[in-house]
This record gives sequence, structure tokens and C-alpha cells, in this order.
Amino acid sequence: MPVLAESTTDFSKTEINAALTAEQKRHLLRDMIRIREFETGAFEQYQKKKMGGFLHLYIGQEAVAVGSVSLMGDNDHVITAYRDHGHALAVGMGMDECMAELFGKRTGCSKGKGGSMHFFAPDKNYWGGHGIVGGQTPLGLGLAFGLKYKGLKGCSMCFLGDGAVNQGAYHESLNLAGLWDLPVIYVIENNGYSMGTSQKRSSAFNTCLAERAAGYGIIWDVVRNGSDLYEVREVVGRAVERAHAESRPTVLEISTYRYEGHSVADAKHNKQTLQEGYRTKDEIEHYRKNFDPIGNFSEKLIQEGVTTEEEIKEIRKAAVAETRASVTFADQSAFPTAEDLLTDVYSEVDHNTLAGRTGRHFFND
Amino acid sequence: MRTITYRQALNEAFDEEIQRDPNVFLIGEEVAEYDGAYKVTQGLWKKHGDKRVVDSPISESGFIGMAVGASMLGLRPVCELMFWSFYTVAWDQIANNAGMVRYMSGGLINCPIVIRGPANGGTNVGATHSHTPENIMATIPGLKVVCPATARDAKGLMKTAIRDNDPVMFMENTMLYGLEGEVPDPADGDFTIPLGVADLKREGGDVSLIAHGRSVLIALEAAEILSAEHGIECDVLDLRSIRPLDEEAILETVAKTSRVVLVDENKPFCGVSAQIAALIQEKAFDDLDAPVQRVCSIDAPAIYSPPVEKEQLPTARRVIDKVLSII
Repeated sequence: MPVLAESTTDFSKTEINAALTAEQKRHLLRDMIRIREFETGAFEQYQKKKMGGFLHLYIGQEAVAVGSVSLMGDNDHVITAYRDHGHALAVGMGMDECMAELFGKRTGCSKGKGGSMHFFAPDKNYWGGHGIVGGQTPLGLGLAFGLKYKGLKGCSMCFLGDGAVNQGAYHESLNLAGLWDLPVIYVIENNGYSMGTSQKRSSAFNTCLAERAAGYGIIWDVVRNGSDLYEVREVVGRAVERAHAESRPTVLEISTYRYEGHSVADAKHNKQTLQEGYRTKDEIEHYRKNFDPIGNFSEKLIQEGVTTEEEIKEIRKAAVAETRASVTFADQSAFPTAEDLLTDVYSEVDHNTLAGRTGRHFFND
Repeated sequence: MRTITYRQALNEAFDEEIQRDPNVFLIGEEVAEYDGAYKVTQGLWKKHGDKRVVDSPISESGFIGMAVGASMLGLRPVCELMFWSFYTVAWDQIANNAGMVRYMSGGLINCPIVIRGPANGGTNVGATHSHTPENIMATIPGLKVVCPATARDAKGLMKTAIRDNDPVMFMENTMLYGLEGEVPDPADGDFTIPLGVADLKREGGDVSLIAHGRSVLIALEAAEILSAEHGIECDVLDLRSIRPLDEEAILETVAKTSRVVLVDENKPFCGVSAQIAALIQEKAFDDLDAPVQRVCSIDAPAIYSPPVEKEQLPTARRVIDKVLSII
């Protein structure tokens, strides 16, 4: 069971959060609600068999993506693993292209070639969406290397789950990040379970997973309450500043919780007793009730007089309508054709360059 | 024309491309201060400095994955695997990230990376260091694979590989590094060779020997002997590039001679020559006067024992025997 704890500090008063305008705060709340509604809608469509494969829902973790992404400037980049819808919407991808991708349609963000785990939007500095656990961690390092090579002041935020910290690629990346002072921020979204295996049963550690960074000479920090968007912004903000000002890496561990299974095919996540599954209904209910990022932030903004119950209802209504519209868009879009199988494989072929026209690239009939 | 070694030819290609494009950099284990484990990058760090020639720790998955990420931002990394055999520890980064990111992003992302190094047996370094994974790389749509046999081809193809907008797996050979060959002088202009164009390295009308990499030299040796001792004249076609593949050149030589022996340092099962044989039977069945024959490495892990390893790889003797069996 993860260890989310109520913040003892009021992070709304820190410099980085005090600087937010009322409009910006409402926008952050709206972004979280849009992710929640989009995924709730996607889950419904999954159950209606509108899509195949996996669907890894981010519901419960929204404050992590929205809080982190809200700190991005022009030269800051994001990359994540397969639980990627939240980050995609947070960077500004449209619901239409995301839902259409889930439906496997040609109008999807990856033309129906990537699926749920492989959303991309390089124009928004969003580099995926990667299916192999930990496989994105060297890529995130490469974005940071590229920034430093080009002399740009920016950072690469590379998200990973608590299961990914045990992959070799991640450790190799940490060594290189520490060795070469690369402006990468590894954000471990610790939801307590690597699929169905609890942290206790999967990771050897002393006080926390982020602490392993110390062995590589990398500064690390934790967010105890990942459902508090203000706390996320404060801690991630310090890492962004470090990356920008000193070109140094950081490892962050953000305690968070997912309400749904590892993927929707996860039948054992929500049972009455631990004997039946890997976590109980009571545990899930505890987090829903006490650590819901949207509920938490809504309450704060109402207290601050930034918004009202009524306004939040309107935001939710708009997000539901936007989700419905995206389902209609996806429904009405065409599937790719068999001809589309052979595009987007080689750049030179797609652009019909001399190189693309020389020699045989594909070995079909 | 001047002659330089295969090693020098590659070195010249790197030097020219580093100067031509500020996004090109070399990275790998011992490529900079040590001058390269096989001295292929000799002098380049001294000349171009830390930014353009980067020593990496022994972390193939880490630095190759990092290079893939950097290439997504528009850099053009040239990564050295000290041995191509070490692809195994970087395989996820090569196959899933370099190979698939363009497709999975619906064409939004390019990966203009080169991964290079020696891929060969024959140097008594045992099974872990003697892999020839051109067949394994070529089975991934999205990757390109190049295997030059001569100094000239090494330089011309490397320069093209670096300029290509797709990931190119470039397979060299430690037994070729010291061999000299004619390479055009840089003073005579920019010299490149396109990927996907085979080269007929010897002409003869009786039998086609088709090969890539060092096997081309084995085929040429066999062709000399066949000519001198048996009066049999061979076409020797050097594929140079496995993917893209010069299918026309293959079909042309088969149509000309009607008899084919494929020479391939891969193991026979799913080796490159298996694909070439399938292609020939599919597209040139009527041209054939004999079954397509293959000479591959003997189908076992690479043996250490020096005299036996020589026999495990394709030899001119085995090529000659195969040719004589179908004449």
C-alpha cells in the first residue's frame, strides 16, 4: 500500500504557486477534470468493445501530470511510459485525436498505428507514450542530452512507474545523467503497485525508491501527497529550476494512487479481501475519499474563492460533452487501410527521396 | 588512385561528416581518448573535442537509447558498438525505440541514427564476441542494414548512412580494418555511395556468387581459383546493403548465369542468404538450371579453437565445392 500523507505544509503559499492567477488555477483544475472524464469515457467505450488491446487508466494520478506539465517552458520536454493519456491531454493534445487513436482510426494522433500506449505530439514537446517498462528512460536522457548539445536552457521530464525503477536501462540512464550533468528529471509516479505486485514485494530500498539516486550523485526529493497539485508543482518546480540553472538531473518520487487496475484487463485489483486480489476495495475507497486530486484541488480553490461548486459542475459538464464529442469523432472516423501499413516505416520512402527510391525496402509479394 | 585502409576510410568519413554537419557526433566506448578499441576513430577526439567525440561508459542500452532520444530532437549520433555482438544488451533500444518510434508515432518522429562496429567471426574471441546480426537487424522493418566489404564502399556508404534520415545499422569487420583499397581523394569532391545498390565485383558468365561483407572476399578468392583451375567464370555480386536490397542486380546476375551460390557468414537458419534464396526461387525460378546453393557459417555457436574457427566460417574451398556440385 502506498504511503500518501496529508501535507503538513500549505504549498499554496509557496512562491511558485502564489504566482498563479485565478484563471491559471481554474485551468489546472479543468485539465485534471478533462483527463478524468476522457478516461472514464474511454473505459466505457472499451467495455463496448470499441477498442482492442490494453487500456491503462491514469484515474487518481491526474495531479502528477497536470502539475508537472504546468511548469513547462518552450524548451522543456515530456516523455512517459504506457499510462500516457494524462500527460498527452496535459500537454495540450486534443481529445479527438486521442480517442480516435484508441479506436484505431486514421484520425488518431498516431494514425491508428500506435494505440493506447503510444501517443505522441512532438510539436508539443511530447515524445510518447512507450510500451516497454523503463524503455523510455534512456530516451528521456537523450532529450536532455540534445538540449545540452544544442545549448538550449531546458529540461526533459521523464515519467516512469515504481515498477520501472528495477529495470537496467533506468540505472544506466541514472549513471549517465549523473556523470554528464544532463538536465533530466526522472519522475517516479509511485502508485504502490508494479502491475499486481506491491512495492514491498518488488523493490529493495531503504527509505524510498528515489533515494537510489544518491548512489549516482543525483539530487532526489519526494512528494508525499501526489494528490496535492500544489505540492507536485513546488517539488517538480525546484527540479526544473535546477535543470535550467545548473543543467543537473533530479530524481523525484511522487506518491500517488490509481483507482483502476493496472490495465482494464486487470480482474484482480478490486476484491473484498487480499486473499482474492492484490488490494482491497477498502484500500481503494480510502484513497478515493482522502486523496482524490480533483476533490482535493476543488476544495482548495473553493476555499480560496477562486471558483465555486457551480463553476466546477460546469467544467465537468463541458469535459463530459467534449469526451462525448470525441467518441462521436472517433466513431465516425475511418480506419487506416491495408496500404497504410507500409507508410511511416522509413522516412526516406515516405518522402520519396532518391534514397527512398533506391533498392527494395519491403519484402512482401 | 590512392589506397588507404578500410579503417582509414571510415575515419575519413567521420571526419568529413563531423565537419559538414554540426549535429553529427560520435559516441561509444573508448572512441575518444583511447582512439577507438580498433582505432577506427583515431585522432578524431583530438581534432574535434569532447562535444563531437564522446566516450561512453560500458552501458550500451543507456548510451544507445540516449542517442535515439537525441536523434528525435534532430541530432545525428553515430554510435559505436565495440562489437556488434553487444547489440543483445541494447536490443530493446534498437528494435523498439530506434526501429519503431517513427511507425508508432504515425510518422511524426524520425530517428536519424547510425549504429556501427565490427560484426564478424574469425578472430578467436569465442561465441559471445563473434555474432553477425545483420539478418536479425534486417528483420525489423524500420531499420536499414549495411555491410561494406572494401575501403571504398566503407567510406561511401558510411557518409550516406550518416545523412540518411532513418536508423542505419552499419556492420564492419575487424578482419577488414587493415586491408587497403582504392578510395577517391577528398580533394576530388564529396564521395558517397547510395544504400540499396549492389556492386558487381567480378564478371563471369558461368555461376553467380552473391555475398556481403567479408564473404565477398571469400567469393572473389574462390572465383580466382575456379577460373584458373577449372575454367569456370563467376559473377561476384556484393550486396553491400542488406536493407534496402538491390533486387534488380540479384535477378540480373541470376538471369545471366542460371546458377547461384550464396556466400554468407550468417548461420544458415534465417540467415541473409535464406532470404535471398527465397527471393530468387520466387522471382527467377525459370532462369535457374540448378538449385540455389549456400555456403554459410557452420550451424553452431562460434568456436574458439583457432584452426577450427577458420573452418566454421565460409571458406573458398567450400565455395568451390558447391560451385562444382552444380556445374
